Parts: sequence; C-alpha cells; structure tokens
Amino acid sequence: MERYSLCVNEREYEFLANANETLLFVLRERLDLTGAKCGCLTGDCGACTVLIDGEAKKACLIQIRNAVGHKITTIEGLSENGTLHPIQKAFIYCGAIQCGFCTPGMILSAKALLDKNLSPTESEIRDAISGNLCRCTGYERIVEAILLSSKMLRGEDCDV
Amino acid sequence: MALYGQKQFHIVNHSVPREDGFDKVTGRATYAADIKYPNMIYAAMLRLVGVASAKVTKIDTSKALKLAGVLAVFTADSFPKMKSWARYFYITDTVRYVGDVIAIIAAETYAIAEEAKKLIHVTYEELPAVFDIREAMKEGAHPVHEEYPDNIFTDSIYTLRKGDTEKGFEQADLIIERTYETQYAEHAYIEPEAVVASEDSSNGEMTIHASAQNPFFTRRYVADILQIPLNRVHIIQETLGGSFGGKEEGVGLLAARAAFVCHVLHRPVKMVYTREESILESSKRHPFLLTYRAGVKKDGRIVAWEATQIGNSGAYNNQTQFLNWRACAHCAGAYDIPNIKSKTFGVFTNNVHSGAFRGYSSPQLLFAQEQFIEEIAEELGMEPLKLRLINCLRDGSTVATGAKVSEVLLPDIIEYTAKQTDYTKKYEQNKTQSGRIRKGIGMAISHRGCGYGAESPDAAGAFLIVNEDASVLLHSGIAENGQGLKTVYCQIAAEALGVPYENIRFFGTDTHRIPDCGMTVASRGTVMGSQAVKKAGEKLNLILREHACTLGFFDSGKGGAPNDRIAQDLVLREGHIFDPSYHEYQVPLADVTNIALWKGLNMAAYEWHVPDPCIQEHDTQQGRAFPTYSYTCVVAELEVDTGTGEVTLKNVHSSHDVGTAINPALIKGQIYGGIVMGWGYASMEEVVLKNGIVGSRNLDEYLIPTAMDMPNMKVSIFECDDNSGTYGAKSVGEPAIECVAAAIANALYNATGRRIRCNPAGLENVLIGRKLW
Repeated sequence: MERYSLCVNEREYEFLANANETLLFVLRERLDLTGAKCGCLTGDCGACTVLIDGEAKKACLIQIRNAVGHKITTIEGLSENGTLHPIQKAFIYCGAIQCGFCTPGMILSAKALLDKNLSPTESEIRDAISGNLCRCTGYERIVEAILLSSKMLRGEDCDV
Repeated sequence: MALYGQKQFHIVNHSVPREDGFDKVTGRATYAADIKYPNMIYAAMLRLVGVASAKVTKIDTSKALKLAGVLAVFTADSFPKMKSWARYFYITDTVRYVGDVIAIIAAETYAIAEEAKKLIHVTYEELPAVFDIREAMKEGAHPVHEEYPDNIFTDSIYTLRKGDTEKGFEQADLIIERTYETQYAEHAYIEPEAVVASEDSSNGEMTIHASAQNPFFTRRYVADILQIPLNRVHIIQETLGGSFGGKEEGVGLLAARAAFVCHVLHRPVKMVYTREESILESSKRHPFLLTYRAGVKKDGRIVAWEATQIGNSGAYNNQTQFLNWRACAHCAGAYDIPNIKSKTFGVFTNNVHSGAFRGYSSPQLLFAQEQFIEEIAEELGMEPLKLRLINCLRDGSTVATGAKVSEVLLPDIIEYTAKQTDYTKKYEQNKTQSGRIRKGIGMAISHRGCGYGAESPDAAGAFLIVNEDASVLLHSGIAENGQGLKTVYCQIAAEALGVPYENIRFFGTDTHRIPDCGMTVASRGTVMGSQAVKKAGEKLNLILREHACTLGFFDSGKGGAPNDRIAQDLVLREGHIFDPSYHEYQVPLADVTNIALWKGLNMAAYEWHVPDPCIQEHDTQQGRAFPTYSYTCVVAELEVDTGTGEVTLKNVHSSHDVGTAINPALIKGQIYGGIVMGWGYASMEEVVLKNGIVGSRNLDEYLIPTAMDMPNMKVSIFECDDNSGTYGAKSVGEPAIECVAAAIANALYNATGRRIRCNPAGLENVLIGRKLW
C-alpha cells in the first residue's frame, strides 16, 4: 500500500491504496464516493464516467497514479450547496431517468460537452453520450434533457 | 379511436415527475454493490468457462488456501445442495453449462479472492453435450438431465385446440408453411448482479441487500440454503439498476451463496458479478424454433392455423413451463382464426439457461408470426395491411384460447398508425426501387394478455399508513425495477386516498414489511399489482372522513351547514375534507389526523386483491386466459446499404392501447426504451455460443444500441373503457418491445426482397442471407 492524495470535488483526500487500483475502485472503496458505478470494467458501458480536468473519462480504465495531480469531479460534486445543477434538473424534468444506473455517468458526459459547447446540436449530444450505455430509456429523453439544460445554461427562460 | 387525453382524473392520468429522480441524479441512490459493512469480506466464484459439459473429479484448493487473506474455499462437497423447489445448483460437480459454479472462494478482499481462483487446480472429465434444439431431440442424443432422457422438458408442453383444423385446411384455397428461428439474447442491464449478506448471530436472522427483481423469490433461495424459516430471512431490495426479467434465479443463487458463506464464516459477505459472470450465469431470452402453417381463403380469411413452438431451455429451468403457457395462448398472433392447433415445448441443452426476458416469448413469436402474415399476403397477392385488417382481433372476436374479447381498439390503432406513417404508399414505392441504398417500411401488430392471467393467481396486497402530519407511507410487495413503479403506485395511492402525490412515500420493497405479493413480472405491476393500493387508499379515504365526523369537524354549524354530516356526505381530495354542498369550508387532513392519533383512532389500511379467476381447460387450453389484452401496432422505416448489409433504422412509430395511461411520461419512457431494445434484438444482439462456450463475454462483444443508433421515435397512446385493470390501466412494459423486431424484419424485406427468417439481421444476414459462424 502506498499513500496517495487526490483532489475530488474540490476537496483533498489522503488515503492508502495499492498501485494497481483503478480510480473507480479508489472512489468507491477508499473514498466512499459510490455515485460512479461499475458496469463492465472494460470502459464499454460508461457507468463510471467522471470528469478529469473537465474531460469525461471512464474511471475503470485509469490507474490511480495517473489520476493524481488532476482535478476530478464526480456526480457527488455536481450540485452546489444542495442546489441541483441545470443538467440534473433537466434530467428530472424531462423524465430522462429510469433505473438510474447510467444516470451519473450520463450527466457527467453531458457536462463535459456543455462546458465546451453551450449550443450543441442533437447529433453532437448523441455523439457525446455514445460511450454511455443505457438499457432502459432508449436515450430519447436523455437527449431532450441535455438540449433543455443547454438552454438553461444559456440563460434562456425554460420554466423548469 | 381514443387518443390519450379524454379521461378525467386528479392525479393518475397525469405525468407527475418520478419519485426517485432527485436521488438518481445526485448519485445518492443506493444500489446493492454500494452497500458496505464493517468487517465485510468478499466471495468469488470459480467456473470451468471453457467447458459446457463435464464431471469434476478433483479440486485442489491447497495452494489457494495458503494465499494470505483467503478464508475458505467451498466446493460441491462442502456446500449445501438445493433441497426445495428450484432446479439449480449453488455449487455443482456436474457441469451442465459454462455458468455452473464449481467452487466459491471467500477472502478479505475481492482482489485476493480473484487471485486465489488462479491457484485452484481442477481435474475434470469432459462429457458429451448437446447445444441445438434439433440436435437435442435426435434419437440417442446426450441427455442433459437423467430425468428427461429425450431432453424434452415435459413439464413445459402445452397443446392448444380451437375448432377443427382438419376441416379448416380443407376449406382453404391456399396452404402455406414457414419456419423461423430466434437467438439467445442478454438482458444487459447496466448494473451487474450484487448482494451483501449479514447475519445477526443473536437471533439467527439473515439480512440480504440485493439487486433482486423479486425480493420474495430471492428469499426462498436463502431460506433453502440455510434451512431456516422465511421469517428469519430479511431481503431488502436496493435500487435496482435494470432487470427486464434477468435478476430472478441468478440473484436468488447469488444471495443464497453469500448467505451460506456469511453464516459459516460469521462475517458480512459481498458478492458482485463481473460483467463476464453476469453474461455467463444469468438467464437469457429463449431461442425459439417456430413453424407455422396456415390455411387461407382467396379473400384473405385465415381459416386454419397450426403452430409448433420449440424453445431452447438451456441447462436448467424454472421458467420455460410458464413462458410456454404464455407462448401457447399467443400462438396465433393478434388474429381471430376459427381453427387452431398448436404445440409448444422446451428442450434442454448444454447452453446458458433461458428465462424471463421482457416479452416472455412474445418478441420471438411475433418475429415469426408477423413475418408469416406478410408471407401469406404475398402468396395471396394482397397488401399485408389489408390481410391484417381482415383477420385481426376486433370487438366480439375470439382469441386462440377461445375467449371473446371486447373494447378492442386494434383495427383503429392499425389504421391510425398506417395513416400517420403513410405506410401503404411507401410500402408500394419501396418495392420498385433500385440503387445501392434501399428504403424499407414494415409493420407488426400484437395483442398481449395483461398480467399473470391463468398462469397463477394475480393477487397482491398493499399497506397504507397515514401519519399525524398527513404524510403517508405505502408498502407493497411489487417492486420498483427502474420502470417507475413507485411513482405510479404513489399516484394511485394519492388518487384513491385523496391526498397530494407529494404526501405519499413508497420507500422500497422489504420482505419483512408486507406479504409476498408475487413477482414483479408479466407487466402486471400497474394493471393488477396496484389494485390493492387503490383498494387500501379508498378504504382509508372513508376511514379518515369518518374520523373527521367523529371528531366533530362536520357537526351542525361547521361551514354554515345546518345539520351534522356523516362520512358519506363528505369528500377527501387533495388533502382536504369538505362537504361539496358547503365547499368553502375545507378541513386540512392534518388537522384531523393530528387529533385522531391522540384519540387512538386507526389510520392505516391493508388490502389484498385477487382478480376474478381465469380458467382454461388443460388439454385444449380453451377458456379465459387473461382478464384483458393490450394492443399494439408498430411501423418501422429503415435504409439498407445493399453493398455492405448495413441497416440504418430511421423512424419508428409505436402505437399502444394502454387502457388508462396512469403516467403518460413514464409510458412513453417505457416505449422509447422498448423500441431501442427491440432494435438491438433485431439487428445486433446475440449471445454467441459455440459448443456452449460464450463468445460475447462483455459489452464490447455483446453490442447493445448506443445513442448514435436510435431512430426518430413517435409514440401514440390510446385509451379505452376496459376496466379490468386499476383505474382501467393495461400493460405496457412488454408490449413496448414485442413488435419491434418483427416490424424491422418486415421493413428489411420491403427494402431488399430478402426474408430474414433467422434473427438477428446482422450485416452478413442482410447481405447474403445467412450467418457466417
């Protein structure tokens, strides 16, 4: 075991871990941040998506040493002082949720997109979440929710 | 024709937001794999993986046991066998399929348990095996189970006789027969199966947190392995990350294994499937070999129908018999045919076991039946739409089981969907196209028996508790699987009880808090499972009005009324009690409940609902199989690249008669999801098995649709006046998927002139008409 420190959701964590542990394992097992989910361990399902310096990444494919020194955001860090982020609000409003297992990863992939592109087209949205599998919703409402949240983030009146 | 929007309700029939939305967007929702206990250990399972049929002769665990952190290794000798009803093994030394577990390793960490697996040396003798339905039925084929020497799962045989098919075929101007085949498909819920077991040594109670679709079903496995009463097994269903019929037997086995390890080692135990294990051991959608023969008059009337429906049950089974009963009842599609004869049965093979998967046989049957209808139409030189309208169920028709149906919107739904999609014009135009990219349009229709029907009593209970602040707790044994059941149940409770939706909390299904209400399957949750919620709500509504009277809130003079009122004079709605004649005087419910508590008055109601029985004659399957049916029409439009075989699904219009739309937004969510899951089933999803060995082991090999694959989707919701279900609701979860692959297959034929009689329509199947492996 080695000592690591990691910046997650703007908080510094100090912990012991084995060098071969993944960021996903550390988040879930060492830091008790279970919002990132484990669905395949091969980077195919996207349920473990987190933001690393603002980029959407699959936490199951990143070894812990490669995460050190970067700014990590998980779903737990998205709402501020109990106020939901517009993407979270839009997911609820549009009914973009069913079982919810893909939802944290889906929302973070959406955030990575909207942080760079506040006016994405529908096909840009589909592309941005194409690494996040959802088995329940058929993606329709998820795409709708991301479109709606882009309007909210642009400051348009959305009545949500 | 009645599109959604004509009915008058206060809370149901409206799109209220999901009850669990906040927890799910913030990552706070707890799934079974998120649960941790102090001092918790992990257990991992060992399988042969590369061998489908073998006798294990020796397992050398000595090296594994020496690894630091390994606590125990269990094999078939040191683990209980199933003593009760289920035909499965917790650990076995006779491997009948690649998912069979031959050892379980308990260790301090998951990584150590996995490491120890590599140190176990297994000696085995490979045994003969059978994999294919046709092969398994050949004389002298290796029997998968000694009790079934010809591999035919005799408990799953159903025969149906309606009218006289011999006479029917004599009357026919044309007789046509076709055979179709479907594949193994994986549920591919994004959450792999997970359980955490913890035992209270002071009283012997075993608590299991599980990703269980049916907590009561899981409970039986745990009671079986520990041989303890059910009241010592506490199953808590955590938030479920999708199931679709898949987290039934697999989770039962997993829960029992964890419980036993926990009991022996006196430590809480976590067991989580990897994706590979989930694909290996979890049940699959039954592959079916389907042969249909029809006798048709020149004018298009189908006068005789014969069906042989054979399912591949795989190595073990507890579901084929129930699934085949449904397949038997639906053996002739959504058509009114006077003479029908059918035989349905399952066959054991050394493949992954087949089980429940959204549709419970209907996606397979409809893939065949709805293509067969178009093949008949082509032989007759008739438009398929016309043939469907001549033969489809309508008011007064009889279904295959001989029962009469009423309130049938099917012809309206078909015509509406055809018109909306310009089906006939496109269908004809597409037949004459040339060039590399070809367009296709296809239709499929269905009827679906709602709920359990005659399969088993469709009974369920509900318990409602009103607290002194007028907040309400709802308990039900029917479980949230991600479909939105909690939300719908809260709506139904709120409507019946007369309180705002926000007042109701359904916090989860827990086997210690409510009787076994049967499984959350068969699209029965809303249509039948919630009847007890409505009943309990209505009972409590009356009780609370009585309390308001007893406590003097409606004595003479109150609200300007000259006389004392009784409960029957009053209305409780949206959390207020009032006399409609003096409606300006509204008593907040909390004013009543606050006093009622301290006066010792009852503010809870428990109700149990059993619908009218459905009874059939066993040998002919004639009788009332279901209380009512949902009706569906799907039209799919696609483009085929005839140079590569690539298919792009462009548009899908899915129309459904749901009786009453309890929550239209959730219904649309189900239908969108069903369309995309059906698209996967039609085009890319197949658990590849070679000699029983699973080739598609993870989600890089078992492909499901991504956001890039979705078509434009249009959903039309129809409602009718059929009151069999709660507030008139009918099933939608399974109707959402069942027609999709069939409509796509028909669209492919319309585009290419090539029938895909063997699902799925992968590149090579579209391009050269067969699979390459």
